[in-house]
Amino acid sequence: MKQTLTRLSLATMVMAIAGLAHAGTVTVLTSFPKELTAAYKKAFETKHPTIKLEILNKNTAAALAYIKELPAGQRPDVMWVSDPSAFEVLTRDKLLAPAPEVKNPRTPAKIGNYPINDPEGLYYGQALAGYGLMWNTRYMQANKLPAPKEWADLVKPEYFGHVAISSPSRSGTTHLTVETILQGEGWNKGWGQLLQIMGNAAAVTERSFGVPDGVNNGQFGIGLVIDFFGLAGKYSGFPVEFVYPTMTAVVPANIGLIAGAKNAGEAKTFMAYTLSDEGQTLLFDPAISRLPVVPYGPGTSMKAPANYPNIQEVAKSAKVQFNSNLSEERRAIVVSMFDQMITFRLKEIQAATKAIHDAEKKLAGKNNPKAADLIRQAKAAAYAPILSEAEVRSADLLELFRKSRKDVDVSKRISALEEQWGSKSKESYAKAQALANQAAAAIR
Amino acid sequence: MRQTTTLSAPSTPRLRALFTNLGPWFVYGIVFLLLMIFLVIPVLLVFFTAFVTETGAPTLGHFMNFFSQAIFKESFINSLIVAFASAVFASLIAIPLAYFTVRFEFRGAILIQTLGVLPLIMPPFVGAVAMQLIFGKNGSVNILLGDWFGINIPFMQGLWGVIFVESIHYFPFILLNLVASMRNIDGAMEESAQNLGAGGWSIFRRVVFPLAMPGFVAGAALVFVKVFDDLGTPLVLGVTNMLAPQAYLRITSIGVDDPLGYVISVIMVVFSVVALWMSALVLKGRDFSTLQKGGTSLQQRRLSFWQGIAAYGWIIVVLLIVLAPHIGILLMSFAKVWSFSVLPDAYTLAHYATVIQDSSKMISNTLLYCFTAAGIDILLGVAIAYLILRTELPGRQWLDHIASAALAIPGLVLAIGYLRMFKGMTLPFTETPIVTTWVLIMIAYAVRRLPYALRSCMAALQQLHESLEEVASSLGASRMTTIRRVVVPLMAGGILAGFVTSFITASVELSATLLLTSVESNAPMSYGIYLYMQSVAGRGPGAALGVIAILVVAIGTYASNVVADRYRITRKD
Repeated sequence: MKQTLTRLSLATMVMAIAGLAHAGTVTVLTSFPKELTAAYKKAFETKHPTIKLEILNKNTAAALAYIKELPAGQRPDVMWVSDPSAFEVLTRDKLLAPAPEVKNPRTPAKIGNYPINDPEGLYYGQALAGYGLMWNTRYMQANKLPAPKEWADLVKPEYFGHVAISSPSRSGTTHLTVETILQGEGWNKGWGQLLQIMGNAAAVTERSFGVPDGVNNGQFGIGLVIDFFGLAGKYSGFPVEFVYPTMTAVVPANIGLIAGAKNAGEAKTFMAYTLSDEGQTLLFDPAISRLPVVPYGPGTSMKAPANYPNIQEVAKSAKVQFNSNLSEERRAIVVSMFDQMITFRLKEIQAATKAIHDAEKKLAGKNNPKAADLIRQAKAAAYAPILSEAEVRSADLLELFRKSRKDVDVSKRISALEEQWGSKSKESYAKAQALANQAAAAIR
Repeated sequence: MRQTTTLSAPSTPRLRALFTNLGPWFVYGIVFLLLMIFLVIPVLLVFFTAFVTETGAPTLGHFMNFFSQAIFKESFINSLIVAFASAVFASLIAIPLAYFTVRFEFRGAILIQTLGVLPLIMPPFVGAVAMQLIFGKNGSVNILLGDWFGINIPFMQGLWGVIFVESIHYFPFILLNLVASMRNIDGAMEESAQNLGAGGWSIFRRVVFPLAMPGFVAGAALVFVKVFDDLGTPLVLGVTNMLAPQAYLRITSIGVDDPLGYVISVIMVVFSVVALWMSALVLKGRDFSTLQKGGTSLQQRRLSFWQGIAAYGWIIVVLLIVLAPHIGILLMSFAKVWSFSVLPDAYTLAHYATVIQDSSKMISNTLLYCFTAAGIDILLGVAIAYLILRTELPGRQWLDHIASAALAIPGLVLAIGYLRMFKGMTLPFTETPIVTTWVLIMIAYAVRRLPYALRSCMAALQQLHESLEEVASSLGASRMTTIRRVVVPLMAGGILAGFVTSFITASVELSATLLLTSVESNAPMSYGIYLYMQSVAGRGPGAALGVIAILVVAIGTYASNVVADRYRITRKD
């Protein structure tokens, strides 16, 4: 062991000398793909030859843990990820520093109804993204499925077992999609639609990239994804298509300065570059396929490639007036409801949905009021949210979910609620399945 | 143990005696200290959350909350079923492979044994995607089955899917340890059985397999615990109702600091240690050691023509199934677009060009970290095995329990623990913070893979009869000399198996790597693969880097097998 230790300490010393970051290095913590970061690194270092850009790629959860565990002065400089909730966590833990001078004056204040920059001025929208539907054309052809246009299309029986989504507890952008549906359709109808879609789901993936990846390789037929996942797949030659439903929300992916950063001054130079017209134009690269926050297209100084989606138009025609305060306020509850009702009970909701589809197929074209009524009951049992909108508005509940789960009592009450939601959902799905089977049996 | 050789050159007999008595204590102390600093304390810094309230007062309330949720009981039972079934299926794959290649004159036995460990090198993400492309609902196999017979077999769905993937991923643990064990069996045992009139099957069942038991149990216990604690496979298959995914989903939920995640991790650690302890009980009180090392090992018999065809045919089928993901990765690395079809649409070499241009540093990093980590592992493994089986020091079993607990500790937890523990510390004589160096990555590998090396070393030492050491010592050899010249050489097969498993599995570690990588120049290949697999355009290069990782590790494994084989042959002469 002594030898090993000597060898180790020698090796570490050599490494230490070689590994010293030279002054003028900006470290960017990001979850973005290599194509994007490489393009920015190259363009930025050409323009500012004295500054070196070090890209540190981690998934969002690891990135947050990394910043939290490092002392001030040793932290990376810039945080650059899609997930809006990551920035909320950083704000809450006072890990962001304001850098208002990096903003681009051409960036509008809002996209649709959503503020592009953080109202408190701690992080800034760097690219826009809308949620939509992506599908594999070969898969759809092989299974003789029509292309969907709206979320509502996905409740149809022909899509059973063909849809994929990631969990909102794993992906902040998925949470925004869920909220968009809930706000656009209203609480009860929204959950009803969501539960029916999820009854048709093949999988709830753990990573948000798992959905486009599965659609690209033909594992899933249709995925609920963020636009650049769909567009990048299409422009990279995969047999996939992407569409924005009218019920979409357009939200920014953000960039922010980390408090206690090693090199705040030059970090700001980089942030300003990503927000400048020049930096924004890089987003048009087909392998990146993201949407600038500054207006582009006809009538502006920035030219987009042909057939590029115009996000400002999408946002204008979107039906939802997205309320970000409401969304943030009830986030913990909605996310937990989704996991207890859907993610952890996927098998059961699939089984109930299958039974309902089968009964409806059998009923089609026949007059059987009893069976029709049973099917109605089955749907009511399976596709109702576990909490009413009034219950979610309750100040007590909101307060409870805002508290730290490290408090045993809080954790106990939340656990009890989650347990109740989970078992109640399981019961409802079993009940719905039984009712649908009864209905099917009643039809001759 | 080499480290202490330098210390044990005492000049006088008295000093020498003192060393003989103090030596084990000294090693015990070092091993214990290392385990404390790099495993126990960092993990406790994180697990602490499970035992305190928000004010820091101690509580068991979080554990009570855990037991009140039905989903956790369900998860626990699911994890148990999956772990047990996987151990059974993995044994069914591994035992015949081991038996055929050790017992018979087999062309390409080394090649088969090398291919047999390849499933352990399943690069993160790439392996999962490849599995889906081959065995998934719309993968090659099911597309073909659909075209030919109109059926679709859900290989990759639900608990059975997890069992399927885990069995073909982890059976090499059994294969490696069983092969090492079988090679250690004294050929005379078999000859005696033959002289007494026993036939082939009967010899295997009543002589060979029972004597190889330590290796088998070591491997099967590893499979059981590893599967019980495995996170990647259930997550990729979308099965969340198991313990490891439940813990992970709670620990990494953004913005929610949920102690229940840590509670689950603690429970998993305790359960894993108990499972390994029970596997040790199975072996306890029985004697597996054989005396005539270096004499004849098991005879290699010749297969008759038809037996040969059957054996080869069977091995080829098994290898095709277990290597399907690797074939998938290979295809992906050359594929332009591969989507919903049996084979890719078109092929290209561009992905390899991209990877070689971008990532050659990562290859050397991986080799450096994994070789060092595996080296540390076998040193510690031999030391712990020796302390446990050959000394009477109090509490020595705890070294095994503590080291083995690492199996159940999520990489993320260990990594957060390191960041916390070494916060603000700098390397001696420099300004560089320890947390930004690669040393922590390497140590995390060593700690996480130590249980593998340890199990192999324990099995090897269990098969070694103590009288060989007694002979050496009665001939005047000191304890150190005995260890160096008798024990370690005779354990070599097991040590090698341990080294190979640690090395291979470390090369694809991701969860700790992801958190501990602080500059890209220190990143290993698994990080590079992760990076590529984050984007649509990166899938090809990701697969190409995966293929390179597999090749590099396979060459390492093959080389060590060849060395071991040559070593065995020279010893016979």
